[in-house]
Amino acid sequence: MAAELYNATIADLSRLMAQGGVSSAELMASVIARTKAVDGRVHAFNSFDEDDAMARARASDKRRAAGSVGPLEGIPIGMKDVISVAGQPLTASSRMLGNFVSPYDSTATVKLRAAGAICWGRLNLDEFAMGSSTENSAFGVTSNPWDLERVPGGSSGGSAASVAAGEAIASLGSDTGGSIRQPAALCNVVGLKPSYGRVSRFGLIAFASSLDQIGPFARSVEDAATVLGAIAGHDPRDSTSVRMDVPDYARGMAELAKSGRKWKLGIPKEYFGEGLDPEVGAAVQAAIDEYRKMGCEIREVSLPHTKYAVGAYYIIATAECSSNLARYDGVRYGHRSKDATDAVDLYFKSRAEGFGPEVKRRIILGTYVLSSGYYDAFYLRAQKVRTLIRRDFLEAYKEVDAIVTPTSPTPAFRKGEKAASPLAMYLNDIYTIGVNLAGLPGISVPCGFTRGGLPIGLQVIGQPFRETELLAVARAYELSNDWRTRHPPL
Amino acid sequence: MPKPEDFKLDHVANLARITLTAAEKERFGAQLADVLAYIEQLNEVNVDGIEPTAHAFPVVNVWAEDVPEAGLSVEDALRNAPEKRDNMFVVPRVVD
Repeated sequence: MAAELYNATIADLSRLMAQGGVSSAELMASVIARTKAVDGRVHAFNSFDEDDAMARARASDKRRAAGSVGPLEGIPIGMKDVISVAGQPLTASSRMLGNFVSPYDSTATVKLRAAGAICWGRLNLDEFAMGSSTENSAFGVTSNPWDLERVPGGSSGGSAASVAAGEAIASLGSDTGGSIRQPAALCNVVGLKPSYGRVSRFGLIAFASSLDQIGPFARSVEDAATVLGAIAGHDPRDSTSVRMDVPDYARGMAELAKSGRKWKLGIPKEYFGEGLDPEVGAAVQAAIDEYRKMGCEIREVSLPHTKYAVGAYYIIATAECSSNLARYDGVRYGHRSKDATDAVDLYFKSRAEGFGPEVKRRIILGTYVLSSGYYDAFYLRAQKVRTLIRRDFLEAYKEVDAIVTPTSPTPAFRKGEKAASPLAMYLNDIYTIGVNLAGLPGISVPCGFTRGGLPIGLQVIGQPFRETELLAVARAYELSNDWRTRHPPL
Repeated sequence: MPKPEDFKLDHVANLARITLTAAEKERFGAQLADVLAYIEQLNEVNVDGIEPTAHAFPVVNVWAEDVPEAGLSVEDALRNAPEKRDNMFVVPRVVD
């Protein structure tokens, strides 16, 4: 096993380190060596600080020797480059923040470290988390470790690819419309978006504040539960974080999984129509059959407003982004144009030079839908449709415990394939976006491969703040197969 | 709902304080027209009497205890400044 420490799970590594079979410093060294060997091809990282990571791994070993062992003690966890770590770069994969260094830690960072984890590297993404392929990064495209000619998904493509490629044991991403679940599906890893408000957003670069949520990528549902337990909880610095106790997700999930509970699972017919790749559809049907074999009750449910989710999302998310990104004005931080003639010209030129095309498109669309005379017709209407989408889910949950769907309509697509049409790219998020609009927790779990060897993901959608049950449903499926144990040939 | 042709790219880019090149105008104009045409389908939905959702789990009046704590130091706050002098941000001339 020692040779492939970088491919192991948190659960296995924690046992191994507790037994003294391996140190955190050895684990960190293995991950660093692996990263150096493969990241030239994968490009999951924007940057990493090897010396800092090794120093922190040695500090973890000292803590362990002194008898202090956190739930993530000594585990290297990759960080999407929108989550601040004091003293480390924070670029959002944008030229706008090309030289930015975080002055403070995000709450997720503080909590990971309190649990003993080592925050490792800065992971690539679509600029400001806007995209579904990581092609919108200003610093180069991340490759899918399963096929280097294809995208890893996005926006958290680096977070997904790093875990798939053995460059991190787990990672954090952020999910506004599917940005954790979709790349997890495309890279054969587990990706969890918690309920809105479950994890503090303090220190996360804001994209669409009513939708953004931080969550983990991992090699098993069990590992995802452990990371969620570490980062969840109320934070006075994020007024939208909820004042609810954080259960022991890993233990609660294991107990539920052991209890052999027969879950009632809803299959929304709207998620299995036109646009669904037949191989993806077949793999998801096979997963549903697994649940049936376990004795779960499978029911068809209807989420009738599903077809309006993408439209509502691209009004609400762009409106919020146009407001959030107004702060990038070239004055206090970020890119400043050298050609500006006065203060207002500074805004125009700094933003023109600092932002990439997709970010500009979304700011412009968001500015339009909020502008005088259009607010009611676009923004207010979209918010009302959001209410209906949320009601659809809550209605379904009167009958079922969780909802099971494909995560993404297709497996990983080729680089450049959808780059010319933003709309085609947006439609890739059709199965994940409703979850954000409704504020629900959702998880993507590996559920097989296409004949061409591309990963497929199963999405399980849970009830608000019922992550333990969601994880248990996902874990029950995970234990029926070994998809998650396959690693890409790199 | 407004029509896609109501969208005036120059006007909105001006509101957003972003200078666009001629090539960007041409490309974005067509791309955003596609998106706006797609969004038009929201008109099919009957939203009479439906309350808007701003947040999935609305919380109101979140108060914090008024306890002073250390903030960023001047040095940290200016660390990422494009231009600074004497503990201040330097900006181009604002008034003549």
